[in-house]
Amino acid sequence: MIKKMTCIECPKGCTLSVDIENCKVAKVDGAKCPKGTAYAVSEAESPVRIFTATVMADGLNLKLVPVRTDKPIPKRDIFKAAEETGRMRIKAPLEAGDTIIENFLGLGVKLVATREATRLTGR
Amino acid sequence: MVKRDLVVVGGGPAGMAAVIAAHENGIRDILLIERDQYLGGLLNQCIHTGFGLDYFGELLTGPEYADRFIKKIRAIPDIEVSTRSFAVRLTGDRTLTYLKPGGIFTVRPKALIMATGCRERTREMIHIPGTRPAGIFSAGLAQRLINIEGLLPGKEAVIIGSGDIGLIMARRFILEGAKVKAIVEIQAKTRGLTRNVVQCVEDFGIPIYFNHKVLKIYGKNRVEKVTVAEVDEGMNEIAGTRTTIECDTVLVSVGLIPENELIEMAGVPIDKGMDSGIFVCGNSFKVYDYVDSVTSDSEKAGKLAAEYIKSAVS
Ligand SMILES: Cc1cc2nc3c(=O)[nH]c(=O)nc-3n(C[C@H](O)[C@H](O)[C@H](O)COP(=O)(O)OP(=O)(O)OC[C@H]3O[C@@H](n4cnc5c(N)ncnc54)[C@H](O)[C@@H]3O)c2cc1C
Ligand code: SF4
Repeated sequence: MIKKMTCIECPKGCTLSVDIENCKVAKVDGAKCPKGTAYAVSEAESPVRIFTATVMADGLNLKLVPVRTDKPIPKRDIFKAAEETGRMRIKAPLEAGDTIIENFLGLGVKLVATREATRLTGR
Repeated sequence: MVKRDLVVVGGGPAGMAAVIAAHENGIRDILLIERDQYLGGLLNQCIHTGFGLDYFGELLTGPEYADRFIKKIRAIPDIEVSTRSFAVRLTGDRTLTYLKPGGIFTVRPKALIMATGCRERTREMIHIPGTRPAGIFSAGLAQRLINIEGLLPGKEAVIIGSGDIGLIMARRFILEGAKVKAIVEIQAKTRGLTRNVVQCVEDFGIPIYFNHKVLKIYGKNRVEKVTVAEVDEGMNEIAGTRTTIECDTVLVSVGLIPENELIEMAGVPIDKGMDSGIFVCGNSFKVYDYVDSVTSDSEKAGKLAAEYIKSAVS
């Protein structure tokens, strides 16, 4: 079966034709670079996405701290991830890049802050 | 009136790149004016990834991209950063007036760089008839409310236009537990990046209607519904295609326009500004798709301004 997909690894957005046999990728056409081929394989066999969201802050200069996973997580876990970040609170000051959770949802990825948040007092 | 070598208005990626480049090119007396409390501009509310691939060779979120420049600026004591400072007046001889808690200030630099970003086109600019209830937002405003203020603007949204901001907000609405009933695009294809259609719309099964337009917005106090119809090549409604979509929120994502009020006020044509020591960069010069190109072009503006200052007899 040939499946068309758009590579989302970079803004060029190459159109890929992916030949899928028995749920495995046999061949990828149309990628302008190797990342496209890797994307097609992952997208067809086990799609993943970088997860980004915000977490409520308490006593910090920002109301919300923006966060991301350091590596992509399975697409099917995105909603679970959103529920989790919706429940969390951050109370301690952070730098951009600081790890908030070492093993987020047991997925083997870190949840990291993407913006600095300082203590509210003495700004 | 205070004299300065260089003043830059706007602390988004454009303004930040410009001050750093000017400093690298020998300018030491620099003032950066930003109306917000923080540097970073639009990037602070763009919490998704998609920035920095060209410039840093890494896929960053907006705040991470901004953070790299904020840190650099902090490390350069010659650059004075004045936040909560709103530039309100500019004259052709580069006299700039700005408001800041505590007073009104005037400064006349040897060169001025305007990096004030862009503004969103509004519902009024695309002429959608109907009532004027609560619940109609530009997509960028909704993005700010959700990502910075922590407020969800509504529960069931219809998005007008398929620019990148609208697509990205569709996903954000869904992840925040709201519904996106439809994205309605009058053109035959999206104006946004295909990758945003894939990862923001298709991933979540959001209906996107091309060659369709919103005819009218209904609602007394709050948006209640919109009517939508298919259009022909002349953008006119095709008879018999009209449907109603119930919703409490309408997001308008129909493009951006450069913010150039101050330069117009000064009466300096934007392409002639360089002769009078007024430079423009970033989204206030033209609307860019990628922040990476904003950064590299704004570095050039910083360098040109530095050369202008050095060559000026003052
Ligand atoms: C929703 C959205 C998604 C995007 N996604 C991507 C993406 O995935 N990848 C990518 O590369 N790019 C993306 N962009 C584009 C990128 O964010 C912009 O190109 C970039 O932020 C423009 O930088 P700028 O400095 O020109 O403007 P801005 O970031 O808007 O900065 C302008 C600054 O000037 C300040 N200012 C304005 N007027 C005054 C005044 N009178 N006095 C004092 N200060 C003033 C403002 O407060 C602001 O801080 C996206 C943009 C949006 C809106
Ligand atoms: S295949 Fe390579 S060049 Fe094409 S969109 Fe993917 S990453 Fe970009």
